[in-house]
Amino acid sequence: MAADEKKSLFELRRTQPAFRGLEAGHLACQGCGQALGARLVTEAAGPDVIVANATGCLEVFTTAWPRTAWRVPWMHSLFENAPAIASGIEAGLKAQGRLAKVVAMGGDGGTFDIGLQALSGMLERNHNVLYVCFDNEAYMNTGIQRSSSTPHAAATTTSPSGTERMGKRHLKKDLLSIIAAHHIPYAATATVAYPSDLRKKVRRGLEIEGAAFLLVHSPCPLGWGHDGALTIEVARLAVETGVFPVLEMERGDVVAVMQIRKVRPVSDYLKLQARFSHLFKESPEARVELEHLQALADHHIEVYGLRGTSPDPRDSEGADTVRRGGLRWA
Amino acid sequence: MLEAVEGSAAIAKAVALCRPQVISAYPITPQTHIVENLASLVADGQLRAEMVSVESEFSAASVVLGAAASGSRAYTASSAQGILLMTEVLYNIAGLRIPLVLTCANRAISAPVSAWNDQQDSMSVRDAGWIQLYCASNQEAVDTTIQAFRIAERTELPVMVCVDGYILTHTLEPIDIPAQGQVDAFLPPYRFSRALDPVRPISIGNLVTPEYYAEARYAHHHALLRAKDEIEAADRDWAKISGRRSGGLLSVEGRDDARIGILTIGSVIGTLADAREEYPDRPAKLLKLRSMRPFPVDAIRQACRGLSDLIVLERALSMGSGGIIGTEVRGALFGEPNPPRVHNFAAGLGGRDMPLEIYPRLLKAAEAPTPTRFEIMDVEMEKLPETER
Ligand SMILES: Cc1ncc(C[n+]2csc(CCOP(=O)(O)OP(=O)(O)O)c2C)c(N)n1
Ligand code: SF4
Ligand SMILES: [Mg+2]
Repeated sequence: MAADEKKSLFELRRTQPAFRGLEAGHLACQGCGQALGARLVTEAAGPDVIVANATGCLEVFTTAWPRTAWRVPWMHSLFENAPAIASGIEAGLKAQGRLAKVVAMGGDGGTFDIGLQALSGMLERNHNVLYVCFDNEAYMNTGIQRSSSTPHAAATTTSPSGTERMGKRHLKKDLLSIIAAHHIPYAATATVAYPSDLRKKVRRGLEIEGAAFLLVHSPCPLGWGHDGALTIEVARLAVETGVFPVLEMERGDVVAVMQIRKVRPVSDYLKLQARFSHLFKESPEARVELEHLQALADHHIEVYGLRGTSPDPRDSEGADTVRRGGLRWA
Repeated sequence: MLEAVEGSAAIAKAVALCRPQVISAYPITPQTHIVENLASLVADGQLRAEMVSVESEFSAASVVLGAAASGSRAYTASSAQGILLMTEVLYNIAGLRIPLVLTCANRAISAPVSAWNDQQDSMSVRDAGWIQLYCASNQEAVDTTIQAFRIAERTELPVMVCVDGYILTHTLEPIDIPAQGQVDAFLPPYRFSRALDPVRPISIGNLVTPEYYAEARYAHHHALLRAKDEIEAADRDWAKISGRRSGGLLSVEGRDDARIGILTIGSVIGTLADAREEYPDRPAKLLKLRSMRPFPVDAIRQACRGLSDLIVLERALSMGSGGIIGTEVRGALFGEPNPPRVHNFAAGLGGRDMPLEIYPRLLKAAEAPTPTRFEIMDVEMEKLPETER
């Protein structure tokens, strides 16, 4: 107490916790990207929000009865219907003349695969909901099985590497193009490596009237096979190599990208993760797959124009605000 | 005032009188006319509700679940494949103990594909934890719909109102559509105790370990059993306003000295009642099962006292076992000192006609020296390959 009294107002403000919709003490693995992502989303969304959560790690590690880590009203129904639950909550609030914001959350399995139809319906009907997908690129909650979001050549328990296989044979689904085809007011990608960029996109998605979609790249130390302390490092490398493009779309058109001023080779990202370790064993197949993955990243850099020339610091709300022409989007 | 209306239109009017705030809709025959009628009422400004036309029945059920959890009165309808597609959500709605009302316009299940009436759809989800009420006429469908909202909201359980597809939904009948004031006097605005609200944040749908699961199932099962009182009370109270009863859990009518009873469910009771007048020398008691869930064990035991034979006629079956209602009725009678012999038949499957002659045939079948455990009526063996006979 006595120590506190000596602090300046500025210091006191800094020690004040921001509102957290998701409290600590839940059961996620150490270094879980999704746990961090969900916390950042709730911090940005504020207390006046209702969350509809699909089945998956996030739901399981936050709500083992009789405890819950959520400080905002939260509802979990099933794996494949979070967008429809959110649609119903939004319609219900509208009918009652209430004004809370609605956020739906799902994993990549819940979003790219089993819930894609419900998501498409929600976007087509343009419900005033922000849908956030925490993309950890596999079904983690059931033990790391491949999803349509799993990257090409990544090993999972259902796409293992072996003498006849180099991990997943197919490409990561281009969900962004599917989202873009719905021409919703706002869609964006973000990653837990750039928290302030992520928060800004959450606020923007909530501010906009109508459906908004946010894809959050969320490393999973358990499933990707990297040290829990490297989550941010891995997530940052996904951006710096062009593997995960960070961008914003309005009505389906790309309007802003996070530029990469120094592009790193894809292998820098891959070699930190056990799911790609088979690609670093000497074999012609491994070499071909490494080339494939490099070509995919180069393709992202090309089509989204990610190569940076401006001096903007990457993760800065200030710089972004200036680029967008004022405080309007902040 | 009596109006000549199609069953679906009457049900839609009854729903509208209950002032639903969110309606979700997905087309499937024979349910479609209900949601089409509701959409027209919304389009014409006669009903102020959020009408959400979804991309599947899975979402139709999920939308009303989300809406009811947000504190809005919510309604949807479906049939057959739609009910089956919803199944996972139906269990979830009930397990979360969310009150809402769904009309099932009963239809047979594919394969083989059949667009005609039986009750295999709703019977297949009888264990989902919903209250299930079956209607014998369109007037009952109107009255039961209104009662269903009160029952759901008082018990915090979802209610499925089952009406025979085509036979009721597509039939024009003179129906008394209640006045708005009558319904308002019966059904107060929806207030949900666990509504999602940032002012009082709660978590709904948590993960439950083996330490708590059995308790949750116990509580749900007993909530359904307790709902019997609310079902009876809603029927009584609505009768005070409307002058009509729909039959509580189970209703019995016929001569006191009748020794043979026929227990059935849904609109076929009307056929049997008409048939009984055609065969006045053979008076059977008619037992109309209205509440399939909760299953009215005590009422069935009571109604069967004094009967020598009970014929259970149903419109669905449990493949590889036999009758569904018949089996449950036998279970209900277990331990009764002098239970009637139970003869169990399924009929009218996939829209097969059930003419008046079904009545004497059932009574004849009950004379068999050993009761029929279960049989599907009217199967014409010559239509089947030898190996399937
Ligand atoms: C209909 C249905 N099928 C399968 C499951 C099993 N299941 C639960 S969570 C899950 C994986 C979730 O994966 P994702 O959406 O990527 O979320 P993550 O756990 O990776 O965060 C699966 C397959 C289920 N709950 N429901
Ligand atoms: S398995 Fe992965 S996503 Fe799930 S809690 Fe652990 S780190 Fe997080
Ligand atoms: Mg996942």
